[in-house]
Amino acid sequence: MNKINYQEIEGSSSGFIALLGILGIFVLAGLGATYYMEHNGHYVTGMNNQIVWGLPHVFAVFLIVAASGALNVASIGTVFGKTLYKPLGRLSSLLAIALLAGGLAVLLLDLGRPDRLIVAMTYYNFKSIFAWNIILYSGFFGITIVYVWMMMEKRMNKYYRPAGMAAFIWRLILTTGTGSIFGFLVARSAYDAAIMAPMFIIMSFSFGLAIFLLVLMLGYNWTNRPLGDAIIYRLKNLLGVFVAAVMYFVLVFHLTNLYETEHHGVERFILAGNTIHTTLFWVVQIIIGSIVPLIILYSKLGRSRMWVGMASLFIIIGGIAQMYVIIIGGQAYPLNIFPGMEVLSSSFGDAAAYHAYSPSLAETVLGVSGIAIALLIVVLGVRVLKFMPDSLADKDVDPHQKA
Amino acid sequence: MSKPGSETSKISRRKFLGTGITVAGMSVAPGVSLINVAEARPLDQPVSSKQRWGILVDANKCSKGCTSCVDACFTENGLNRGDEQHSRPGQKAQWIRKIDLRDKSTGHEVSLPLFCQHCEHPPCTDVCPTGASFKRKDGLVLVDKHICIGCRYCMMACPYKARSFIHEELTHQFEYAPRGKGTVEGCTLCVHRVDQGRNPACVDACNAAGHKAMYFGDLKDSNSEVSKQLKMHSSKAIRADLELNPGIRYRGI
Repeated sequence: MNKINYQEIEGSSSGFIALLGILGIFVLAGLGATYYMEHNGHYVTGMNNQIVWGLPHVFAVFLIVAASGALNVASIGTVFGKTLYKPLGRLSSLLAIALLAGGLAVLLLDLGRPDRLIVAMTYYNFKSIFAWNIILYSGFFGITIVYVWMMMEKRMNKYYRPAGMAAFIWRLILTTGTGSIFGFLVARSAYDAAIMAPMFIIMSFSFGLAIFLLVLMLGYNWTNRPLGDAIIYRLKNLLGVFVAAVMYFVLVFHLTNLYETEHHGVERFILAGNTIHTTLFWVVQIIIGSIVPLIILYSKLGRSRMWVGMASLFIIIGGIAQMYVIIIGGQAYPLNIFPGMEVLSSSFGDAAAYHAYSPSLAETVLGVSGIAIALLIVVLGVRVLKFMPDSLADKDVDPHQKA
Repeated sequence: MSKPGSETSKISRRKFLGTGITVAGMSVAPGVSLINVAEARPLDQPVSSKQRWGILVDANKCSKGCTSCVDACFTENGLNRGDEQHSRPGQKAQWIRKIDLRDKSTGHEVSLPLFCQHCEHPPCTDVCPTGASFKRKDGLVLVDKHICIGCRYCMMACPYKARSFIHEELTHQFEYAPRGKGTVEGCTLCVHRVDQGRNPACVDACNAAGHKAMYFGDLKDSNSEVSKQLKMHSSKAIRADLELNPGIRYRGI
């Protein structure tokens, strides 16, 4: 096994400039959408007093969850000492920081008063999971940046293991916090479940690794750097395990609800309703986002990088659908304010069978721009700093291969 | 003692507070008990947990189709002053709403007003990241519009869906009921009136309409009408299973 040599990407090709340009346009469009929404107020969105969190939250929470998962590759190398993963640690950390930044940007820009960020930073209600998350997210940036620095700076190399351990523990707490945003909501039938926190952790493993695999394969392809099969195979097999694990958690979550009579209504709404949520759940989340990728990853197709890439893309799409069903679907099902009673009429939507939501262009653009922000940070990061090994060929990374 | 500011509800806040403090200040003398009012707290003293404001809604007396309480609330707090022109119906603020219900098994129908239940353990204040959602010592659950960042987490957490988000710029506001684009708001139990020793607007409107379905008062004062009524007949808290101990109770549901 050779010594790993990290190198910035050249970044002078027209392809690189075009990529920057495209991502830049999406980011600018997101900022424009924010200006439009904040200038006018949220009436220009599809959100209302029933669906209070819309598409921006779907993308934001997806990205934040994926961020902590993207760091897993680094953790496997550092915390669990797997040699094969060690050269990927820097890129994994960069991706984690980038995804978190993209998610947080969207979350922040969708606030009713984003100009009051300083208030959010200075007034804390320590019983609020949101307040914990502000600390957890800031801490994640800090710890991960220190971790990357210790990996990059030779003099600090000896400390990077404890830093990696801290980052790993922090990310588990962070995703617990994200899942608990929903898990601790007592009033809503679709949430209020302790399983939300561990489910979000396993979702982060899956989404984060899928994004990492795509970024890794595209990055090495576009820069013409060698990327051996050893890493791809290891990662795609691991990805399959994570996808199956997410399915297991989803199964347990719904089985528990199906057993409890009080949750039958919301389960019927999500699993057997006639709204977009049922379609998104079965077709996009379960079939396209879980079953198809599992078949690809563990069949002969899994030997093809193109198919591994497709599987990763499907997992990402399925993950966004899953977030949509959790966040929007959970609000679309009406609150059961009067158990045992039927609401005959109300001016506030209490009598509705479900609350409809059609996202506007502005909020959709804002949500998608979160992905662009994350990717832009990655592209600029690998351009200016030594995040990517110049070769990930089997002979360079696989400890079982002879040099 | 006179009740400062009770002459008119349109008196400015500064003048109102000034008058309150002056009047209260004049009445302070050594050995003289400052105040002995059963209802309102003197304005120069902090809110105290010796009181807890609450309402008993008698759904048996609440008339289906009557919206006096809703109309009064909207007028009192400036929700119907022609703002929210752009907001769709589902986006407009509603601090109080009338709901008609039917018992699924017995078919019994009732009508009732639903608004912030001013819980003893409000989920909205638990989840609020900045502490903008807060509970006053006398049990009123309010929003500090100056530190609300508009995250809407309280709206996700409230079991009664008692809060509204402001989706556009507002102009015609009352000083005593500040509202603003991008922040969340809900029933204040007419805190400005309660502090003057008056009933919330909805309660007065219900009485004026002749229904007398709402009793307002201090739940900790055993002599208050609301306490007596609560003691006399059974009543229920909505979603009592959540153990939030709301300050609003209902009879006949």
